[in-house]
Amino acid sequence: MNCEFAETTVHGYFDGELDAVRSAEFERHLERCVECQRTLESMESLRTRIRHADLSERASPALRDRIRKDLAGTPEKAAPRRVFHPGRFLVPAFGLAAAGLMIALGLGWIQRSSRTTQITAELVDAHVRSLQPGHLADVQSTDQHTVKPWFDGKLDFIPSVSDYAEQGFPLTGGRLDVIDGHTVAAMSYGRRKHIINLFVWPAARESLPDTSGSRQGYNWMAWRAGEMQFCLVSDVSAGDLGELKRLMLAR
Amino acid sequence: MLQAEEKFRFEQLVLPHLDSAVNLARWLLKNRSDAEDVVQEAMLRACRFFDRFRGGDARAWLLQIVRNSCYSWFEKNRRSEFMTEFDEELHGPAVADPETLAAQADDRRRLTKTLAGLPARYREVIVLRELEGCSYKEIAEITGIPIGTVMSTLSRARQQLQGALSGVASKEAP
Repeated sequence: MNCEFAETTVHGYFDGELDAVRSAEFERHLERCVECQRTLESMESLRTRIRHADLSERASPALRDRIRKDLAGTPEKAAPRRVFHPGRFLVPAFGLAAAGLMIALGLGWIQRSSRTTQITAELVDAHVRSLQPGHLADVQSTDQHTVKPWFDGKLDFIPSVSDYAEQGFPLTGGRLDVIDGHTVAAMSYGRRKHIINLFVWPAARESLPDTSGSRQGYNWMAWRAGEMQFCLVSDVSAGDLGELKRLMLAR
Repeated sequence: MLQAEEKFRFEQLVLPHLDSAVNLARWLLKNRSDAEDVVQEAMLRACRFFDRFRGGDARAWLLQIVRNSCYSWFEKNRRSEFMTEFDEELHGPAVADPETLAAQADDRRRLTKTLAGLPARYREVIVLRELEGCSYKEIAEITGIPIGTVMSTLSRARQQLQGALSGVASKEAP
């Protein structure tokens, strides 16, 4: 061990933490330095090994439950009491009219957004249900050519099914689910030890805005592509969901 | 404690990082039930002090609280982190052929044992960087290590881990 970079800078380079100038400088050095090349290689293989071993631990359903109860039990602060102020009653007439307009506009928005809330709540429930033993897949397969034909004849639309095992999202199976009284296609993917559900249905039936959110500690991400509505639900990070969405859109 | 909308914000911003919290606590305390108790308490504390959260990185903010709670746990229980063995649960991915599964479980056990054997200050940076994908800035924020020394701490941690792994490998070789 003679190279001073092999003990420090090479790690910053490997982790993508060097600025452009230092990074370029280090790359020039790397071309000549066998020691740094070797360190870089061994770090790559260590990282791959750790990734494959999947060492991440996750919260048990029991802990999730305990915390949910804790939070529900947390007393809420009383809203500050309003102080009586006579001036407040002198609201000009145009103010009332404006308020009326806002309410009319707002109602439409609330209707749409409460609809989204209702659908995503059902999707999150469906996701939670799927985590119970034996509920995740009606057809268990990592092969998209097995899962896709399984849906034939069971739905009035044909969902496309793809596997993303190489990118870290292996397909694990498919099943039917019911959302808002309609049958939808559900496919499950693995992400490390976590499970991601993809729900697909014709957008004409019910569409969600292209947005994401979270509910009860689960993240969801919805988008529309072509005639179809898609929604991912999982306890993995929104970043992971975004990555899977990009992969699906690129297909 | 919290007004309804603040509680909603807490659920949106902080709660989704529960798995990361458990991951860090479990690797620091090496025991699931202790880790979950500490995380439950840390979550309550985070909720109580949520008004001190100034926006920004909610995961780093939560993990900092979890890490502090873990270290206070060590003090309170007068336990050195070296006294505990990692209580390993075997859980493999749901789908794989038996052969790969066995080989994977084998390597997982070896890695778990070796990583659990590292000193806490090295173990935590490996967990944060390699399992949680934290940036150096986040690692500095969570652990309190000055940002300038995150790189060298990681470098030493990786060297130790690699050294120990090759040691374990050669010991176990026939």
